[in-house]
Amino acid sequence: MVDLLDRKLLFVTGKGGVGKTTIGAALGLLAASKGKRTLVCEMDAKGDLASSFETAPTNFEEREVAPNLWVMSMDPEASLRQYLSRQLKFGRAASIGPFARMFDFVASSAPGVREIVTVGKLCWEVRERHYDIVVVDAVASGHIIGHLAAPQVINRRVQVGLIRQQTDWIVEILSDPRTCGALVVATPEEMPVTETIELIGRLEAETTVGLAGVVVNRVLPELFGTREEQAFEAVSEPLPSEHLASVLGGPVEPLFDAARLMVRMRRSRAAHLDRLREVLGPGREGTGAGLFYVPFLFLRSYGLRATSQVAAALAAELDV
Amino acid sequence: MTDRNDTPVTVEALLAAKEIVVVCGPGGVGKTTVAAAAAAMAACHQGGKVLVVTVDPARRLAQALGLRQGSGVERVMPRVFAAAGVVPRGELWAEMLDAKQSWDALVMRHAPDPVTAKRILGNPLYQDISGRFVQSHDYIAVERLYELHSEGTYDLIVVDTPPSRSALDFLLAPERVADFFSSRLLRLLTLPYRTRLADVASRPFYYLADRVLGSQFFQDIVEFFILFQTLSAGFVARAQEVERLLADRRTTFLVVGTLEAMPVREVEAFMDLLPVKGFHLGGLVLNRVLPRYLSDTGASQRANRLCSRAGKLAGSLCAGPMPGFDPDLIERVLKEVGTNFVNMGVVAKREAGQRAELAWMPSVVASVPELEEDVHDLVGVLEVGRHIWSWGGP
Repeated sequence: MVDLLDRKLLFVTGKGGVGKTTIGAALGLLAASKGKRTLVCEMDAKGDLASSFETAPTNFEEREVAPNLWVMSMDPEASLRQYLSRQLKFGRAASIGPFARMFDFVASSAPGVREIVTVGKLCWEVRERHYDIVVVDAVASGHIIGHLAAPQVINRRVQVGLIRQQTDWIVEILSDPRTCGALVVATPEEMPVTETIELIGRLEAETTVGLAGVVVNRVLPELFGTREEQAFEAVSEPLPSEHLASVLGGPVEPLFDAARLMVRMRRSRAAHLDRLREVLGPGREGTGAGLFYVPFLFLRSYGLRATSQVAAALAAELDV
Repeated sequence: MTDRNDTPVTVEALLAAKEIVVVCGPGGVGKTTVAAAAAAMAACHQGGKVLVVTVDPARRLAQALGLRQGSGVERVMPRVFAAAGVVPRGELWAEMLDAKQSWDALVMRHAPDPVTAKRILGNPLYQDISGRFVQSHDYIAVERLYELHSEGTYDLIVVDTPPSRSALDFLLAPERVADFFSSRLLRLLTLPYRTRLADVASRPFYYLADRVLGSQFFQDIVEFFILFQTLSAGFVARAQEVERLLADRRTTFLVVGTLEAMPVREVEAFMDLLPVKGFHLGGLVLNRVLPRYLSDTGASQRANRLCSRAGKLAGSLCAGPMPGFDPDLIERVLKEVGTNFVNMGVVAKREAGQRAELAWMPSVVASVPELEEDVHDLVGVLEVGRHIWSWGGP
């Protein structure tokens, strides 16, 4: 069993809209605060990572934004250029510029090539020990398999050439569960949970990357236990309500309605959580693929404040 | 209801005036549900033949509507409506898109002859690209829309757009297909071998490609491009027609978002890009919005007072209208109720702020409240539908 942050390379994925970027950023923040040299890389350059850290837009050049914390965003073309200049000893990257563009055109149409260059760049940072941990704010569940299975696709299609020679060490890094893992983020809702379960199956069937865990994000609070719920029913009867209204200076119905809404919202989500627990339960002991809960944040705004609160919640869950 | 410029100001009016509704927006905001809701409402209240094309509906919803992937267009049977307690004026038809199947059909249509079509379909690179890579869904959804529209079978088609890397990818898809085929790079790459050798300028590229990709893989790629190029004329013409249809007055775009920070940014980017592409923004549907009473200032003050005076209030309740209850228990409950309202109020106010900060809004804006249950049957779909239907203006 290996602790989440002891891995060197974490791909944070999940259905669109579940908060992958926030979780990735928070993990980065947490790792850095524990003294690890940390790189967080946003895979699709939407710019959400920069707003999670409230920093200037990220780009392909790694930049230190806090002690121990570097950020970058992936750029497949730049990555390819870097790769070519390193591998072919082409000297200055600029001299292969025009070819890189043409090559990128070929690569983006040929399955696996763009993906292997992207994943290769991340693995390279790990292999060269530039960082203690690389947290990847990865693409959504529909796309991540294409990235993580890229070495297999390449191996099947390509017999010789530099790209082929590269797949072995990349696979070695990706396949070692102590080094690399996929962390799937879900919210306790139908589609995110369904996609998570499907993704776990596909990770096993189509890639060599192990599941590092599932983060359940935006878990609503449980307001009442059974006794409290009965008491709540009694308090919301007409007489007690009137008493409260007269003391508080206005109707308390909105307050009760909000409590009922929260209870029902939490309850409808609980069934989805159960499905997740089932999948992650029996047979997975010892793999360390835990289920980590991050509460719904009742915050004024998003940004660094939210990121650090999520980091604190994760720290408690991970016991670090 | 229309305003002075005769622009529809409700989703209902918008749907009545259009033939195609493209439902788009960031991932995870409920596009599929909104698309199904719009189509179901149109079928119920406006009549005619209404078709909804979806990409990846929740399984329970698909089952409830009787949808299966790859089985083409199927009617949502009247008994499904009957079970939801509704007698629709028109017919609702639905299709779950199968990207691989649609790509194959496209290749068959545009290939110069059956032999070439077969070679393309059998090419391993083609199989990888069409089957494995979701990017290919972007184009195929609008292409399928075009095909269905040109059949002339439906009065209204509502299309749900696929989960893209970025919501904007979808809008650029036809343009990219056209660019791909007309690009100088593709022409250069598919030059006959001899011509290629004579072309001094591109020789380093071929050297590089051979070394990096391996000559066999590179040859496979080139061969695939050469084959694929035979589709070029048909593809490009088609992509342009698809683009024209998307920009047509009969087509409208319904952007779906939530009021969380990141989706809101994507929604804005979307609304900005639509006019640039010559597409018509019909309306904005804000999904999973918290109820308004949560931002009520008076109630929020009472919630704060409830928290701070919970002990005293619990005491007076137990001494008065709630005899026999444990004051500590009641105090806990009152504190929870107060805190919960304050918490939810923070989120509701944040949402209101996001909404106010949207740089501009289309004339049609609808809000769907945060529902307690998942939408997994026609009853749920219609409930969402009623929220988006007749409510216009911000």
